[in-house]
Amino acid sequence: MKKEDLPQEPGALSRLTRELCYVKNEDGKYETALSKGWDVKKEALDSAWDNVNDRVEEARKAVANGEKSPVYYFMELRLMDLTVLAGYTGFFSFFIKRHLKPSVFKELSDKKLQKYANAFDITVDELKNFKG
Amino acid sequence: MNTDIRTEEFHHVQAAHCENGVTTALLRHHGLDFMTEPLAFGMGSGLFYIQIPFLTINNGPAISFRTMPGAIFARTCKALGVEVSRKKFSSQEKAQLFLDKKISEGVPVGCQVGVFHLTYFPKEYRFHFNAHNLIVYGREGDQYNISDPIMEDVTHLSAQELNRVRFAQGPLAPKGHIYFPERIGAINDDLIRKGIVTGIKRNVRDMLRIPGNFAGVDGIRHTSNHIRKWRDKLGLKKASLYLGQIVRMQEEIGTGGGGFRFLYGAFLEESAAWLQDDRLANLSEDFTRAGDLWRGSAIKMAGVYKGRLTEQKDFEEIADMLVNIREVEKEAFQKLSKLNLGK
Repeated sequence: MKKEDLPQEPGALSRLTRELCYVKNEDGKYETALSKGWDVKKEALDSAWDNVNDRVEEARKAVANGEKSPVYYFMELRLMDLTVLAGYTGFFSFFIKRHLKPSVFKELSDKKLQKYANAFDITVDELKNFKG
Repeated sequence: MNTDIRTEEFHHVQAAHCENGVTTALLRHHGLDFMTEPLAFGMGSGLFYIQIPFLTINNGPAISFRTMPGAIFARTCKALGVEVSRKKFSSQEKAQLFLDKKISEGVPVGCQVGVFHLTYFPKEYRFHFNAHNLIVYGREGDQYNISDPIMEDVTHLSAQELNRVRFAQGPLAPKGHIYFPERIGAINDDLIRKGIVTGIKRNVRDMLRIPGNFAGVDGIRHTSNHIRKWRDKLGLKKASLYLGQIVRMQEEIGTGGGGFRFLYGAFLEESAAWLQDDRLANLSEDFTRAGDLWRGSAIKMAGVYKGRLTEQKDFEEIADMLVNIREVEKEAFQKLSKLNLGK
């Protein structure tokens, strides 16, 4: 990539920093230059977030309809999957899967709920009372 | 009580990729002034391609355009006879105590962190990605001085914020992973030249001769075969998301597929000077071409996830572009392999 072709199309990262890139200068030698961003990247990130938002909305509906427990909603909201949530709570994925059922969730002790609340950065009340 | 600790004159280095940046800055701090990001990347045989089987990341294909996390630092140090210390911890308290001890001794250290809770990152970039690297080089009260190589300038994190990202959970969980050069031996130009040659040869091996069809240059073909099937198998929506994921992996913060190829081109250009060998400078062009082709493929993929391109023939064209990239990279590495650079 030639230096003059380096895109300068601001994306989310440009609020924090410009990115260092390796480009070819006029003499055909490599040098570094700073880029504000590239629309192709920005749109890839946007499309990933559209997908996240769709999943969160579906999860919300599933909780509202009584198909899933609030754990499912907050897991999606925090971009987690079973592996990541297992890491943050210390529960095995097998148990987390059970806790996604509203009937099992209702019976959870406050101690277990607290672990979920910590993982999600919310209070136990917020977790318990989420209705979708 | 004065809790301010600062290591001697630490100089921040901005880099295209975090691990290269940490490696370069730490080695320069220890007097290896010749170290540059391309040199660290090349000596560490950083260029790679792999589509990891049976694994999905953020619900998409797991693709990496560089070697495994930690390898660049480890290999580059080893090539230069630099002894490295690394530690992981069972508790946040122990991890913080050790960190405080090192920086009070005036030693800047590399830390592996997760970006999900990394407060200074823009929210849009905060996924559960646990192989980010930064340098801690001092402490003022509750605030740690942070040199994050992707940034133009230094920043800081509170003790709590830093503990949290050092103990991020999920795949590749850092577990407080901390690393730093322990002892530097005698370094001369011969050792550097040797390191360059070893780095190139190992990279040739990784890209051309790694077993299996999902890694090295053959991995690129593996992905292209998948892409041909995605539209029918997954539906257009999911297939577009998958392509978006490739571009995100490819162009993730400065580097990725395109960027790493340019970086390797820059490395070969520097190597040509170190080894007094113009053939390397010529081969640098091949990697520049590969980088440009990766960027071209990203633009085409963007057409799909923006909803402008929707036909099977578009997926076929993208797959063909990847087959072409494989050819270019394969040929470039074969040429490198035949150079006879000595030991």
